[in-house]
This record gives sequence, structure tokens and C-alpha cells, in this order.
Amino acid sequence: MLDVCGAGSPEELFSHLPEAARLHRPLDLPPGISEYEIVEYFTRRAEENGIGYTSFLGAGVYRHYRPVLVDTVVSRGEFLTSYTPYQAEISQGTLTAIFEFQTMICQLTGMDVANASMYDGSTAVPEAAMMAVRATGKGRVLVAKTVHPEYREVLRTYARNQGMPVEEFGYVDGAGTLDLEDLERKMDDFTGAVILQSPNFFGIVDQVKAAAEIAHKRGALLVVIFTEAVSLGILEPPADADIVAGELQSFAITPSYGGPYAGIIATKEKLIRQMPGRLVGQTTDSRGNRAFCLTLATREQHIRREKATSNICTNQALIALMATVFMSVYGKLGLRELAEQNLAKSHYLAGKLTPRFSGKFFNEFVAKVGSPDAVNKALLKKKIIGGLPLGRFYPELADCILICATEMSRKGDMDTVGQVVQPAAATEAAEVLA
Amino acid sequence: MINKVRQHLSQNEALLFERSSPGKKAYQLPELDVPAVDAAEALGAENVRAEIEGFPEVSEVEAIRHFTRLSTWNYAIDHGMYPLGSCTMKYNPRINELVARIDGLAWAHPYQPEALSQGCMQVMERLELMLAEITGMDAVTLQPAAGAHGELTGILLIRALLEKRGNPRKKILIPDSAHGTNPATAAIAGYAVENIKSSSTGGVDLAALEGLVNEDVAALMVTNPNTLGVFEENIIRVAEILHRKGAMLYMDGANMNALVGMARPGDFGVDVLHLNLHKTFSTPHGGGGPGAGPVCVKKVLEPFLPTPRLKRSGKKLTFDYKRKNSIGRVKAFYGNFGVLVRALAYILAHGGPGLRNATMDAVLNAVYIRKQLEPYFDLPYPSPNMHEVVFSDDRQAKLGVRTGEIAKRLIDYGFHPYTVSFPLIVHGALMIEPTETEGKLELDQFIEAMISIAKEVETDPELVKNAPYGTRTSKVDEVTAARKPVLRWKPA
Repeated sequence: MLDVCGAGSPEELFSHLPEAARLHRPLDLPPGISEYEIVEYFTRRAEENGIGYTSFLGAGVYRHYRPVLVDTVVSRGEFLTSYTPYQAEISQGTLTAIFEFQTMICQLTGMDVANASMYDGSTAVPEAAMMAVRATGKGRVLVAKTVHPEYREVLRTYARNQGMPVEEFGYVDGAGTLDLEDLERKMDDFTGAVILQSPNFFGIVDQVKAAAEIAHKRGALLVVIFTEAVSLGILEPPADADIVAGELQSFAITPSYGGPYAGIIATKEKLIRQMPGRLVGQTTDSRGNRAFCLTLATREQHIRREKATSNICTNQALIALMATVFMSVYGKLGLRELAEQNLAKSHYLAGKLTPRFSGKFFNEFVAKVGSPDAVNKALLKKKIIGGLPLGRFYPELADCILICATEMSRKGDMDTVGQVVQPAAATEAAEVLA
Repeated sequence: MINKVRQHLSQNEALLFERSSPGKKAYQLPELDVPAVDAAEALGAENVRAEIEGFPEVSEVEAIRHFTRLSTWNYAIDHGMYPLGSCTMKYNPRINELVARIDGLAWAHPYQPEALSQGCMQVMERLELMLAEITGMDAVTLQPAAGAHGELTGILLIRALLEKRGNPRKKILIPDSAHGTNPATAAIAGYAVENIKSSSTGGVDLAALEGLVNEDVAALMVTNPNTLGVFEENIIRVAEILHRKGAMLYMDGANMNALVGMARPGDFGVDVLHLNLHKTFSTPHGGGGPGAGPVCVKKVLEPFLPTPRLKRSGKKLTFDYKRKNSIGRVKAFYGNFGVLVRALAYILAHGGPGLRNATMDAVLNAVYIRKQLEPYFDLPYPSPNMHEVVFSDDRQAKLGVRTGEIAKRLIDYGFHPYTVSFPLIVHGALMIEPTETEGKLELDQFIEAMISIAKEVETDPELVKNAPYGTRTSKVDEVTAARKPVLRWKPA
């Protein structure tokens, strides 16, 4: 091969690089290691994370059982090692699966169209906001304080340079639901998007219909966010929303320390051309058979460049496929039963604790515990990771944790949480009084 | 003559919704160990949905057959060479998949206490350090989820620094050979885009650049080697011109596979670059994601990196959230950790010398293809190429056959097509990137196929124009798909 290339050595193929631009020493990296050593290295790292803990964390990332079929399917090289399906004739597998994904997301959310996935829930929020702003021609965004705090941070990062002022509206202290009066007060005719989450960050099912009325009255679009996709198995879909954006991590995607996950954006028919990201459509091949292909690419960066609806290129195809397999395995009956189990577990746990809010919740809720740190420390001794201390995001809830139970939470562990938390909270209260 | 493939039967398969029957299921849940609750009571009757209309109802064997049948309709790297230029479709080692699924890593919750996350944090720290060494940069953020997301992060960093200096400026310069994500990103970051014409050799035109760089220019976004696979020979001058006027040099790292171990962007004047871990560091493309787009910067940009930042204090790693100059978050949590694990496994397996060898093989393979195909296809930019080579269809177009048609014919020969019609500066581009993981046998088969098609164009252009013939799905009507969008299944 070198002869054909007219080179004496592979290095010679780099001789045209300017001398000053070249690296004249070996990289300061250790030599390669074997497969066995690599497994050993990562096994050690996993051990350093701690072994044998059970967890009651939720807050946007949930512990759900992953059916075996999920990895069986996504490990197939035909799915794992293919690229974006630009060449439809040899990508019908991926394209068909995405078409099914888009369909199932519509069925779940009550929307007309869904795209082929976004990076994750958090980045889907600014994309949905920008979509609403484009569609209404109004730049201002109102976002509920009960939207996941990190999602709101991402929104602010994107919004800052878009000429897209973002303002927040509050929640009702007793119920933990949207403060609709605050929303009404802050609404104006320059607001293009009202963004809320349901179940909200506190786990509470929120008032989509009422918020939609307020938004629509002033010509804004309503964006509804979800972080817990399993809730859609039992909750009324947010059909009053104009755009639904969410996170599918609950659908057989491991927590994996924060990613990769898959987000979605779904919307009404009239907003199709404002959608970011890939879309798969149905058509026929030259023999008249049903076929699928990427479509409406004129929205996208590789055609429109600086005029595109988004700079997004990649979607999360393999992760979306995990969710697709998950939805197929659980299906119509299973997703309902799964949601019912989550509901039962979280309400059992809530019976052992002191919920902070009176709003109806799905599988997580805010519990008043006195000192979250003391409680969590005591739980760790029992090999239990407790809830998320909320002071970091909501100073007014510094005595609370956000705690979650799923179908994987065992009764025995929930009893232990109750035993550890309640006395600790009681002691704390006594200390404060003293 | 087509030697590499012959036809076999593939199974037909309906959509899941069409093969569903009421009551079928593929799941089992354990018995509830707590009392069931009444949904209407717990959630409010008005909040409880009716059944999910149209949702699948299939058995386990039906589900596995469904997805297995679908999978056989895909071409993949595991089948053969995937020479998509700019996409770096190299082999994806399976060890990476295994280690990413180790329980203690895969089930780590982003909010579990830092004391119980030290293993994950060490993985991230090690990868940050290694990427800094590979690129010659000072600091790395692993937060961005993909290449385009990394671009956005990088441009926001530049904006933040310039704002701090008193003027964020107005424009980003982008060569006409750039990826579409570059201008789309600049627009989202609030900048106007000014295109800069490539020189006659396909590189950045120095005179044009000097004329354009002024106090309004925030940065130039350059891909190096550029999308022709050609190293910017004047890159150091380019950096000087920008820096003299207080502008920054952004590098799109899509083509780092040509440089690892041989040259470092940090050494030739780059201020910010993003990497595509799913390209250079072989995390699988998965039909279009997930990826990861770490951003590497020079020290001056470090204060602006997204929160949180990984910080070491003695033996312990922590996250630093108190960074007043930070651009903020670009994504929830810390990045696509599972992708980071795979990339680190790839770097550890190769080691320093292995990575350098991979780079040399990637370039050798691309130059080999160029030399073998040069007699048959026009090469509009004859500068020495690196990891990819871009031909034009000029010669074939005269006989009425375009690059997209040659690409479809390549499918009949058992290959995935090259990248079609990109970069835009080449008329009818055929952009070929073999990567280092192809051996000579596969390369020679590809070369034979391309030569054979070039001859078919001369003898029987219609044969090429109506390809592919051997696929279970023939030419797809994309025009109707866009004109009358059907984006979801509905019951007949």
C-alpha cells in the first residue's frame, strides 16, 4: 500500500504538515492495555462508587426495571453500528423503528407529530421554547419554578443570546401546584411560550388545562414538560399543550450518571415545520412497497445552515430504540400496570413520611424531614440512598427531600426509610424547640 | 462484476400496531408487596387517562422477531466498509459496550452523594486529562451531548470571554466548505454569519481573511483538516491574523481522526475545539446517536466553562458549582457519561502509540484509495489529502450520471455509499473516508467496485441511474414523503 501511495513510511504521509504544527514527541499517554485489564479498570471504578445500595432518588432520573429484550435488540450490530439513515434503501430497519417511535410518542402524549428524539429532556426545553417563539413571533418566555431546576438552567443558557427574556412564575405553597394567579399577573402580549412540567419537579400532577387557557388567551403557546415518562401510562395526556417536550430515561435507559438519555418534542400538526431535529415519514419505493425515509429536511442545518430551526444534527437513535422496545414489551396493558405499581409504592412510602404538599402526586413527592443531611446520613448506614435534599434548588424547602418510589422499591426498604426518617425528624424538631 | 454480495431472503414484517392483538403482552411484573391504590382517588378522576389507543399488544416472541427482522434491513459497519466522509465510521469495539453496562456505572444516579460517585468522577477526570493531552489544550468540559452541542458551547464560551473584555462582537466567519452545523450554531449563539470563500487549494484564503477580520469578528470556525481532508497549511498564520484583531480561532474537531498523535490543535493556535467522541473515539453511531461533544479550551477560556466543573481536592473529587463567570449549564447533569466510558475504554485499549498508529492507518487508507481511484474520477483539489478524499462527479456527469446515482449503485456492490454532494465547494462531491479499521482486502473490493461503476457509467449509464437493484427496498420516493408528510401510523 505504501508503494501505491509513493511513500517510504506512513509518517511520510504527514510530511506536508507545517513543521511548527506537528507534534514532535509521543503523546504522554500510557501504552495500550488488554480487554481483561480494561474490564478490571472499570470494575474497580464501579466499586469505588459503592456497592449494594438501594436508592430512593428520582428528580428527573428514575430506577425502572429494564426488560432483557431491550439490550438484546440494541446490541444487534445492525442497529448499533449503523449511521443516521440517509440512505433509505439500506436503512429501513432504523427508519421503521423511528416511525414506530414517533407514533408511540404521539399516542402517549396526545400530540399529532413527534420527532425522532432530542439529546435529552433538558435540551428539549430551550428547543421547544425557540419553536414557540418562532411560531408566535413573540420573544418572551414564562417558565414555572416547578420545572426541573437544571432544565431551567439550560433554558437560561440558550435564551441569553437569543433575545429571549425568561421569567419564572411560582407555585402555591400548600398544594405544590402552579400559582395560576402569578402566571396570569406575569402574562403579557409579548409572551410566546408558557412552560410548565407535569408531574412537576415535586412529583405533583399539575393544572395543564387551566394554564393552557391563560396562555392561549394572550396568544402564547403552552409547552408541557415531563421527566417521568411512566406517568403517561396512567395520566391524562397533556392534549391542551401546543408542544410537549420530555425525557424518556424511564423507558429502559439506565441512569448512567446522567446520560445518555433521549428527549422528545411532540406537537400539533400546524407546527410541524417549526420542529427541530430529524423526522421520518412514510412513502413508497419504486416497486410500490411501503418504505420510510428522513423527511422535511428543509428545516435542518445541513440544508438551511444559519436559517435552520435548530443546530441539532444527531438525535439519540439507539436510546430512542431502547424506549421503543420498552414500549413494545410493556405495551398497552403493561404500561398501565407499571404506572399503577409506581403509584401504589409511592403512596405506601408517603404513608410512612410527612408529605410537604397536598397536591396529587405520581411516584415521587416532597417530604418534610427536618435535616435532610442527618436523615440521609442515617439511611446510608443502612445502605439506603435517601431522597434529594431540596435546599440546593429551593432555599424555602431546605428542610425537605424529594423522594421517589418505583416498581423496584421494596416494602422492607420503604419501612426502613420510615423508621429512620420519622424519629430523626422528631428529634430535630425537639432540638429546634429546645 | 459483483463479488462481495449476493441476495438472500429477508423477512417481511408489519408495523407493531398492525400485528397487535388485544390482551397480548410481553412483560411480567412482580406481585405488588404493598396495597394497591385507587388511581382515581390518588390522582383525581379527571387526571386518569383511558387506555392508550393504538399502543402495541404483542407477545415476547413477536416483539423479538419484529425488531430482529427490522434489523436485517439495515446496513452496518459490522457488515462492511461504511465510507461516509466526515462521519468516521470505524469499528466499534464490543468491550466498550460491556464496560458501559457494569452495574455500578450504569446504575449510578447523577444525584447520589459525591462520596458514592468517586468512580464515575475518576472516569471523567481521567478522560478530561487524556483529551487535553491529545488536543494540546488546557481544560476540557465533558458536558455537551453531541458535536453540534459542543459547537454551541464553544461559541458561547468565546462570547462570554469577549463580553467580559467589553464587546461580544457581531460576526462569526465560516468557510464555505464547513459543516451546516457551524452556521446554524453561530446563529443560535446570537451571531451573524459571514461566509468566507475557500482559496483555489480549498483552504482558508489568507488575503480574504485579512480583509474580513475586524473589531466586529468574534471568531473563525474552521475544520482542520478541512472537509476536503486537506490540512490547513496556513493554520498558524490564520490564528495570528485572528488573534492580532482580538478574535478567536474555533476548530471543529470532526476530523481529529487525521491528527491524533501527529499534531495538536493547541500547538497550532486553536483557542477552542470540540471533539466528536462517536467519530474519533469510536463510540457507536447507533443509527444516529447518542454521541458526546467534549469541548477543549485554552486557559483563558477556562473560567467560562459550563457548571459544574470537576475539581480535585487531595484524594477526593467534587463538583464545583460556584463559578461566577460560567456560561451556565448546556445540559442537565454532567454529560453523556455512558458515551464517555466507551471513549475512555477506547483510549486505554489503544494507548498513546496505538492511537498514533490508528491515525497513520486512517491516512494511509485514504491516500491509497485516492491513488487507485484518481485515474477514474476527477479530483478538483489536488493538495495532499489526509484521512478522507473528495472526488467530483464532473466526468460522470457529462454522461448524465450524478454522484447520488453512483452512490446508490455502490449499494448493489455491497457497500454503504460515501457522503454525497458535500462539501458544497465541490461540484457533485464524492466524499470518501475509509477509517483505519478497514483492511486491504475490504479496501481493494471497494476500489474495484468504484472502478467497475465508473466503467458502467461509460457503457451503460441507465444501469447506474436506476440502482439499486439488489435491495429489498428499491429507490424511495422522498419527494412524496416531503410533500404529503405521513409522520405516524394511524388505523386504516
